[in-house]
This record gives sequence, C-alpha cells and structure tokens, in this order.
Amino acid sequence: MYSEKVMDHFENPRNVGEIIDADGVGQVGNPTCGDIMKIYIKVNADIIEDIKFKTFGCGAAIATSSIITEMVKGKTLDEALSISNKQVAAALDGLPPKKMHCSNLAADAVQAAIEDYRSKSNNKS
Amino acid sequence: MKRIYLDHSATTPVRSEVAEIMYKYLTEDNFGNPTSLHWFGRKVRKGIDEAREKVAKSIGANAKEIIFTSGGTEADNMAIHGVAMANKNKGNHIITTAVEHHAVLNTVKALGKQGFTVTILPVDKYGAVRAEDVSAAITDKTILITIMHANNEVGTIMPIEEIGVIARSKGVLFHTDAVQSFGKIPVDVNKLGVDLLTISGHKIHGPKGIGALYVRRGTKWKQSLFHGGGQEGLKRAGTENVPGILALGLASELAAANLEKDNNYLKVLRDKLIKDVLEKIDQVELTGHPVQRLPNHASFTFRFIEGESMLLSLDMKGIAASSGSACTSGSLEPSHVLLAMGISHEIAHGSLRITLGIGNNNQDIEYFIKELSVIVDRLRAMSPLDPDNEFSQSSDCVSCKESGSCNNLA
Repeated sequence: MYSEKVMDHFENPRNVGEIIDADGVGQVGNPTCGDIMKIYIKVNADIIEDIKFKTFGCGAAIATSSIITEMVKGKTLDEALSISNKQVAAALDGLPPKKMHCSNLAADAVQAAIEDYRSKSNNKS
Repeated sequence: MKRIYLDHSATTPVRSEVAEIMYKYLTEDNFGNPTSLHWFGRKVRKGIDEAREKVAKSIGANAKEIIFTSGGTEADNMAIHGVAMANKNKGNHIITTAVEHHAVLNTVKALGKQGFTVTILPVDKYGAVRAEDVSAAITDKTILITIMHANNEVGTIMPIEEIGVIARSKGVLFHTDAVQSFGKIPVDVNKLGVDLLTISGHKIHGPKGIGALYVRRGTKWKQSLFHGGGQEGLKRAGTENVPGILALGLASELAAANLEKDNNYLKVLRDKLIKDVLEKIDQVELTGHPVQRLPNHASFTFRFIEGESMLLSLDMKGIAASSGSACTSGSLEPSHVLLAMGISHEIAHGSLRITLGIGNNNQDIEYFIKELSVIVDRLRAMSPLDPDNEFSQSSDCVSCKESGSCNNLA
C-alpha cells in the first residue's frame, strides 16, 4: 500500500533527532489522533541551516517528516513556507487516500517551527 | 527471507487435507448441484450431509441444527436479525457488549435504527463483561443476548456458561460468536447454554468464504435476510458452497480431534512469548485477561510508539502481526475494544497482537522477541513522546550521509 519511497524514508529516516539550541520548534498533531510531529530548525540569514524531527505515528507520518527535512534544508524561510502537505505527499510518490489527512502534517510542522522562530526573533528585536 | 506468521486470529493457513477435499469437490464428478435429483446431485448431497454431521459433532450439536453460511459475518447477521424479526411481537430489546466484532455490533446498531432498543454493556479492564451486568440489563422486553465467546483483539474469554444460565432462567435467547474460540478451547453448545452460535472456516485452517450458524432446535428464529430458493432446509437461500462446506466439515473434525494437544502446545509458546516481552521490553503492558484468554493469543500496548510503525518494521523482518491502532483500522479511531477497556487513545495506538498457530515454534518466538526489542527501541528513539531515548543510526547509512546531518550521531 505504501510507495517504495515511503518505505525508504520509513526504514532510513533522514535527520531524526533534536536540536538542543534550536531557533524554532514546531509541534503539530496530538497523541489522541495517533500522530505527533515535532520539527526543530536552526536558521541563519533567513536560511534553514539545519533541521531535525521526532515523530510518533504510522509509516506515513514518519516518512513525511523525514522527506520534508530534505525538502526544506538549505531553503529560505519563505521557500520553506510555500511547501504544502500535498507537495510532501507527491514527493513520496503519493500516499494512500486515508493517510492524506491524518498523517500528512509535516508541512504544518515546518510552518509551526518557522512561526516559532519568527515570533522569537520579533521579541528579541 | 525467513517469514514468520503470527497473525492466526486474522486467518490461518489451510490444512493440506482440507485443501485436497476442496479440490476434490471442485473436480472429478463432484460438481453437481446438491438440490438436483440425479446421480451428480445426490453424490455431492451425501458429502454435504456428512460435513454437516462433522460440524455438528464438533460443537455438541445435532446435524439438523447447522446452517452453512458464507462465513462468520453472515452467520452473525442471520442469527441476530432472525431472532429480532421472529420475536418482535414479544419484545424489542437486545443486549450485547462494547467489545463485539463489528459483524455483531453493526448488526445490532442497524436494528437500533429499526425500532429495536439496544443495550451495549461495558467491560472490565480485561475486556470481560460481568454476568451480573447482563442479568441486570434484562427487561421484560429483552428478546436476545449476543455476546462473543472470546475476543479477537485481546483474547479474553467471556463467562458464557454463566450468562447462558441467566439467559435460560429469564427465557431470553442467547447467541454467541465463537469464531475466535472454536478450535482453540472447547465449544459445546449445551455446556455453554447457547441457542445460537457462529463459527467460521478460515480461523480453523479451513478456507475463507464458509462458516456455519448453529440454531438450537425449537428456537424462535427465522430466516429473514435472503430471499430465494429452499436450500439449507429453507434457512439459507442460494446454491450451496459445496467445496467450502466439505472443507469446513473436515477442518471442524480435525480441530476438535486435535483440540487438547494443540491447546497445550500453544499455551506453552504463548506463555513464553508473554513472559519474554514483559521482561525484555520496558513500558509495555499485556492487554486482555492474564489467565482467561485464548491459548494462542498475546496482545500488548507499547508506550510512546504507534502500531502501524511496529507492523511495518516487523514485516521488514519477515514477521506478520497485527494492531488495533487507528492507522490499521481504516478510521481515525483506535480499536473500540481497547477504548472500551479503559485504555487511553494514546496508549491504544501502540497496540500489537500476536496470535500463534500450530505451525509456530520456540525459534519463532525467540526471533520475534529479538527483532521486536530492536524495533521498539528504534521507534521510541524517533518518538517525541519518549523523553529517555535518543536516536542513533549506523554511520554507513547512505541516505543519512546524503542528508548530511546524521553523521554526528553515534
């Protein structure tokens, strides 16, 4: 039911972990629904220099978290913000229909991390 | 790859003798329609009669009380709907439990929209209904109690004998779905005190698409779902599934004959599996009753991780299991059984069910435990819920090198 790409990212997830001194942290989902994604970003001159994730969830949740870290790394914040959940699913060669809503939250998690970063830097200035 | 099948509550491999008899009744001169008067028809009719005897004998019933169906779901539907329709002048109240199979739960819910009143009884933390709750729920309008013999998700065996006594003393008809228990523990319609009972072929090393409904002689029940010919003594219209019926007959006979031996064998394996999982893995709990459970059934919840991820990881190692997580159920809700037992959503998502069969052995259990420990550690390290675990990946992972940031991790 999952594409090879999904299985590859599930088996060899990229950029798993935490960034202790992260500039922004975003968390979406909740344990009741069975999916939580937490994204940590390190930002330098408006560019996402480093990104890590931790995810509780099914195969699709882990694979979407993994691939979005590759999609946004090295991108500007605005470029990263323009990525949609749909694009994440497409990058994985698609997801089963029932996974499109419950487990496809990675873009939301990145957006939440960027918002967190921006609100923090606004407070500083 | 080595493949280990640990999902026998989902379905079982067909015994070779059973497959042979099916093949025989698809070929040679055994293709006749059992309703036909001629030699071809009579030949298969005889086979069906013998299969009916075998099925009846395996549950302590009379052959006349057996109706062949397309499986457990049809038998459950027929049992419940048939009693409801035949007794609606007497009353409109049906009692069941919150942990039934959907074949029962959705049938009573459908009747609930057609003027029947349904009481769905709660269960205790092991998933068992209390007999006194059943007794207390009975009113003068109650026409049917339908409660499963053993639960498919957590393996708990229900106090059917006790409920049978209550049902009889109050004059209420009693149906049990014995799909999971038949072939694993003794199933005798008289000892259990049931009026209707459901069994299924593919759970007992028979084929899919065949099951049977037992209806005690004299039970106020009627065929109410299918309109058609007079097959199965006017109780189930439609040309008989001859190869399936012959297969169910043989599978039932073999299941009953090997019951004690298989039961003892499976219990030893199951107990080892449960002991090892609880000892070797942290933050894990057995679900279902520790003692009153099916001999081949082990089910757990693992904190901080999700069931489908466990299943995918196990499958990569050649191990087949199942889970009650939302992701595997096709809905957003985790198993209704686990939730009814008072387990939180968060924990229910981390459920894993291991159901053994006679083809499994000690080495299978050892391999499973070894792989499971690694999988649980790995998924927990990726989980934001587990505070004590850090993710580590082997440095020869090409993908990680491509991404550039895995190298720092040990």
